[in-house]
Amino acid sequence: MTLRDALNIPSGEITGEAVYRDRRRVLAALGLFPTLGIAGCSEAAPPPSKVVVTPEQAKSGFRTSEEQTRELDATTYNNFYEFGTNKDDPANAAKTLRTSPWTVAVGGHCAKPGKLSLDDLLKGLTPQERIYRMRCVEGWSMVIPWLGVPLGDVLKRFEPTSKAKYVAFTTLDDPKQMPGLRVPVLDWPYREGLRIDEAMHPLTLLATGLYGKALPQQNGAPLRLVVPWKYGFKGIKSIVAITFVENMPKTSWNMSQSSEYGFFSNVNPAVDHPRWSQKTERRIAGSASKLFAERIPTLPFNGYADQVASLYAGMDLKKWF
Amino acid sequence: MAKPKRRAEPRIVFAKIAVHLAALTPLAILLWQVWSVAKTGSNALGADPVAEIEHRLGLWALRFLVIALAITPLRQLTGWNVLIRFRRMLGLYAFAYATLHFAAYLGLDLRGYWTQIFEDIAKRPYITVGFIAWLLLVPLAVTSTAGWIKRLGRNWARLHKLVYAVAVLAVLHFWWLVKSDIREPALYAGIIALLLGWRIWKRWARPRTSLSARA
Repeated sequence: MTLRDALNIPSGEITGEAVYRDRRRVLAALGLFPTLGIAGCSEAAPPPSKVVVTPEQAKSGFRTSEEQTRELDATTYNNFYEFGTNKDDPANAAKTLRTSPWTVAVGGHCAKPGKLSLDDLLKGLTPQERIYRMRCVEGWSMVIPWLGVPLGDVLKRFEPTSKAKYVAFTTLDDPKQMPGLRVPVLDWPYREGLRIDEAMHPLTLLATGLYGKALPQQNGAPLRLVVPWKYGFKGIKSIVAITFVENMPKTSWNMSQSSEYGFFSNVNPAVDHPRWSQKTERRIAGSASKLFAERIPTLPFNGYADQVASLYAGMDLKKWF
Repeated sequence: MAKPKRRAEPRIVFAKIAVHLAALTPLAILLWQVWSVAKTGSNALGADPVAEIEHRLGLWALRFLVIALAITPLRQLTGWNVLIRFRRMLGLYAFAYATLHFAAYLGLDLRGYWTQIFEDIAKRPYITVGFIAWLLLVPLAVTSTAGWIKRLGRNWARLHKLVYAVAVLAVLHFWWLVKSDIREPALYAGIIALLLGWRIWKRWARPRTSLSARA
């Protein structure tokens, strides 16, 4: 390679700062899941032919062997209204989001509140790979391999008190970095929440990566929530605050239209969105040869009923949608 | 029935060919993208080509409807009576894109679940109004021929007033499917309000001006 060639390396081939900063966690994950490195090495690579899922993983819901969504699709088709309301807006506009340094304020009803850097927040926790279905309230779904840590493992460190009945999350609210905030399509900042037992559930993930890489900005870098049995909008992105609260917190979509978006928003084919059916979904996944996504039935709790249905025992899910 | 055949002027013929080409361009682009996605697996149509195809066909149906509705006000404002000769083809393109939009919903989106259409039409207001809008366009398209214009006489104009209802329903269909960012449907609602408002104003203002002119 001549010097001239060396200087012409496309910027995309240079390790991104976020990845570099995240190298220990990413490498740890690669060590744990050696096949992931091959799967995630390039967008052109076909999705892994068949993910091997152990019976324990299947039982826990941690990994599904269903065909995965192409990385290109999962990173260019996003709802992240802080960067615009079109699906391709975030991928185009989110480069302005500075994900380092990043601090998260944890507070409310807990013994050890604090404002921590991302590294401190996740210190000592090894990212795990979780392959989850993601069902959007709009009626489409993906299968995405995430990297992250169980939210409960992080929350426990702050020693929530008995008054901590719910956990509230807030997204960054900086119009300089997020052009979409100038448009009042939602009451900013974006807010989400979980009941404490939902937050502590082993399926609930605080994600830092996908496809074996650090999270791209448009997917909610550097830290986002993934709750696979709930509609995708519950997976709040670019989190800057986590607060233990006593009462059910306000959540953005519920504030915007409470008749359409409930606090729980568990995936439920029996409860339609008032304006469209939730019985089926278009699955955006599979090989590139598939032009038209296939429509499949939507499952209660997005197929995670075995793991989470007990959380809602005795609750009328039509009322608490 | 023998029609007196009027010789079309070359300028009109060329203009019509140009309008046809322009009107078919969005469809050609879409088909080319479908072909390229099928061939190369590119994401020219985004991650969800079905949604993109539906959305784009629907949007062009609405745009042609707006353009067709703009002909009369434009003619009145500019005095270019020749514009009226393009109205039918623009209206028919609106119908063609609306039909493709509906077909994409049935054939690409619902597919195996096509029976869901009955539930959708009955239960989903945005689909109900969209379906009614398309249904109302059918008699307008059918009666757009010279023969039907003649046969219906004065009733033809009355029947074709239905297009105003279609415009309102079409924009409602768009508005109601949006999750929270209503800027785009609001833009079309505004344009349609202007185009229909112009007609109301003309109708309301005309008798008074003619009266005062007579006085």
